[in-house]
Amino acid sequence: MGTMLDVTGLGHTYDGRQAHTAMSDLTFTVASGELTCIVGPSGCGKSTLLRCIARLVEPSRGQVHLHGDLVREVPEDLAVVFQDYSRSLFPWMSVRGNIEFPLRSRGLSKAERRERATETLGWVGLADAAAKYPWQLSGGMQQRVAIARALACRPALLLMDEPFASVDAQTRFDLEDLLLRVRKEQDTTVLLVTHDIDESVYLGDRVLVLSQAPAEIVADLPVELGDDRDQITTRESETFVHLRGEIARLLRDTPIPDSTSSQAAHRG
Amino acid sequence: MSTAGAAAPSTRLWKRFGRPAQQWGVLLACLLGWQLVTTPVQSVFFPTPLEIGARMWSNWFSGPASRMFLTEAVFTDILPSMSRLLLGWLIAAVVGVTAGLLLGRSGTAMAYCGALFSFARSIPPPALVPVFLVLFGIGFRMQVATIVFGVVWPVLLNSADGARAVDVTKTETARAFRIPRGQWIGSVVLPAALPKVFAGLRISLALALIMMVISELVGSTNGIGHAMQLAQFRFEYTQLWAGVVLLGVLGYALNAALTAVEKRVLRALPQ
Amino acid sequence: MRGSIRPLLGVAGFLAVCEIVGRSGSAPQGYLPPPSVVLVELARLLGERTFLLDVIATVLSWLIALAIAAAIAVPAGLLLGSVPFLRNAVGAVVEFLRPIPSVALIPLVVVIAGGGPGTKIFLAVYAAVWPLLFNTIYALGEIDDQLLDSARAFNISRPELLLRVTLPGVAPFVLTGLRLSASTALIVLISTEMLVPASGGIGHFIYLAGSGAGRMDQVLAGTLVAGLLGYAINAGMAGMQRRWVTWAPAGGTT
Repeated sequence: MGTMLDVTGLGHTYDGRQAHTAMSDLTFTVASGELTCIVGPSGCGKSTLLRCIARLVEPSRGQVHLHGDLVREVPEDLAVVFQDYSRSLFPWMSVRGNIEFPLRSRGLSKAERRERATETLGWVGLADAAAKYPWQLSGGMQQRVAIARALACRPALLLMDEPFASVDAQTRFDLEDLLLRVRKEQDTTVLLVTHDIDESVYLGDRVLVLSQAPAEIVADLPVELGDDRDQITTRESETFVHLRGEIARLLRDTPIPDSTSSQAAHRG
Repeated sequence: MSTAGAAAPSTRLWKRFGRPAQQWGVLLACLLGWQLVTTPVQSVFFPTPLEIGARMWSNWFSGPASRMFLTEAVFTDILPSMSRLLLGWLIAAVVGVTAGLLLGRSGTAMAYCGALFSFARSIPPPALVPVFLVLFGIGFRMQVATIVFGVVWPVLLNSADGARAVDVTKTETARAFRIPRGQWIGSVVLPAALPKVFAGLRISLALALIMMVISELVGSTNGIGHAMQLAQFRFEYTQLWAGVVLLGVLGYALNAALTAVEKRVLRALPQ
Repeated sequence: MRGSIRPLLGVAGFLAVCEIVGRSGSAPQGYLPPPSVVLVELARLLGERTFLLDVIATVLSWLIALAIAAAIAVPAGLLLGSVPFLRNAVGAVVEFLRPIPSVALIPLVVVIAGGGPGTKIFLAVYAAVWPLLFNTIYALGEIDDQLLDSARAFNISRPELLLRVTLPGVAPFVLTGLRLSASTALIVLISTEMLVPASGGIGHFIYLAGSGAGRMDQVLAGTLVAGLLGYAINAGMAGMQRRWVTWAPAGGTT
């Protein structure tokens, strides 16, 4: 397995009334085909990290390499799923339109785009909803559309920013399983950010634990739960319980560096 | 959007001084350009800004010191116009807001009257000037009636819209505590509807200026519109331009005053 | 069923009150003709060629003015709204031009350009440009950042961003602006027609009926037609907005 993502010395400081350092110096790699979860307290700079990797935000320091190429602008073969599906799907496009939209600028013909959209909608179980509009769907279904839209681009790296934080618990379980299934089938490399410890353990091949802002990696833990995971039995297993306890302890015990600036943490 | 890298104090300084300076600069540059274009052309239709300014000065601000340098024309043109405008707009505002809030809270009344009011709003108000003219004759009452009828509808319909938007939980809370209707309208419905009410008032103010001018162009013996009509008949183009600029300044000032009030009021009410 | 009957009852009640007031003699004879007289006169006028030509003249000028205003204001608004320097610089000029009541320009434009149809269209365009321009600029600031981020994350090209993201994003506000523009343009058109002799249109018809002949029934019939025009275009545009801009409630103030 080669290295898909290589982050070295990445740091970002927001200018403004009170300059806020979201992260100072982050270094890690993500291997091809790996699902890496980044877990950290709210407002620790997780979203900033993803935005810097996707180059939606110009980082103040450090470098990002995607399959060996230095990232200078938003990379071609990268896709992002945001937390807020209602704000990231285009309300004036149908479900199919939303999925086909990014494919246009990737030079796919109309027939190819249509075929891709049908295929990915099948993966997320929404084959029947292609002609509907986002606002006609439930929250969980909208987020599945957002995932399908990202997957349809066949991204080398899929970035997910708290993708399941805005849906109810049952839907959340369903979407988590959907992600595990699809990424295994498609062999997608995923970097997922969450504040939910259980979710990071359940989904990840590996969990990176971040400290309060300015974010630092306090632990890099492999998740030895195998490929077949189940919402009930996996969560009962000793490995799972042990790992989630360890992460919780890490998060609780990390010193809070500068309490005023972490309170005013810039999210997003 | 603040530019990345700009430190906080300089951003604030830019907002406080830089931006207005830039805006006034552009405005002055436009005036200068106008002056430079019109000076060599020497068209009677397009006087230079300086000529217009001089005419405005001699028209309205060259009076005796005993009257604070205001000329006779201020009392025959501007004051009558402004008093009619403000009176008409205030009547429309009071009637429109009161009726709108009550109607907005009553589904039944709105069902009967909504279409009627929407239609009344769609009538271009100048069309009714002849009717008001025969009913009230040339003069103050006809002009105020024209303004009131012309501008009451946006206030009324916007207020009704705002009143309808009060959320159900608040309605039910008020009913559970048996809040009397008057108190409820004043302390819950009105604050919730205020943004919409102000939007209506703003549209109405602009319309009121239009209706004031129209009513004076059609039937008046004084006022800014009347003075402009005389100027038109006498081919005094500079005078016409002076009237247009004056109306623009008045419109700007009125709108700025309303915006200031709106900001004050909306800030005092945490939404 | 109930939903459509009650407004009709309201209108019927209003007409009945007008009928009583009109017949009671509280206003001098002929000053406030009752609806029965007005409606009969309206029916007669609708069969009359000259009246219909007046209506068509007004409607045509109106449509032309709105089309020109939209062609100017929407691209200008997109440009001004997306370039901060322009937005700030031109903002002041716009702020000073906008409050000038368009009807105040009538005497000026008439003495400069005469009383032809071009004059009233020019004035209507002037009046219609501002609401559209303002709503377009405002709308650009209201597009959700996350939506733009999503587009950027997928490497959407600039033209495509404008066509498929920005334009649909501002559409609800632009349509609201268009409705506002339409009613203002109609007011200015009718005013111009009333004030400028030989300019034709419903406004002129109303003016002649009122000042020359004192025919209040014709004045009210003409007013009714003007009101119906205004109502129709507003309802039509609201319908358009509901049908095509299904994703957003009307943007801005109506």
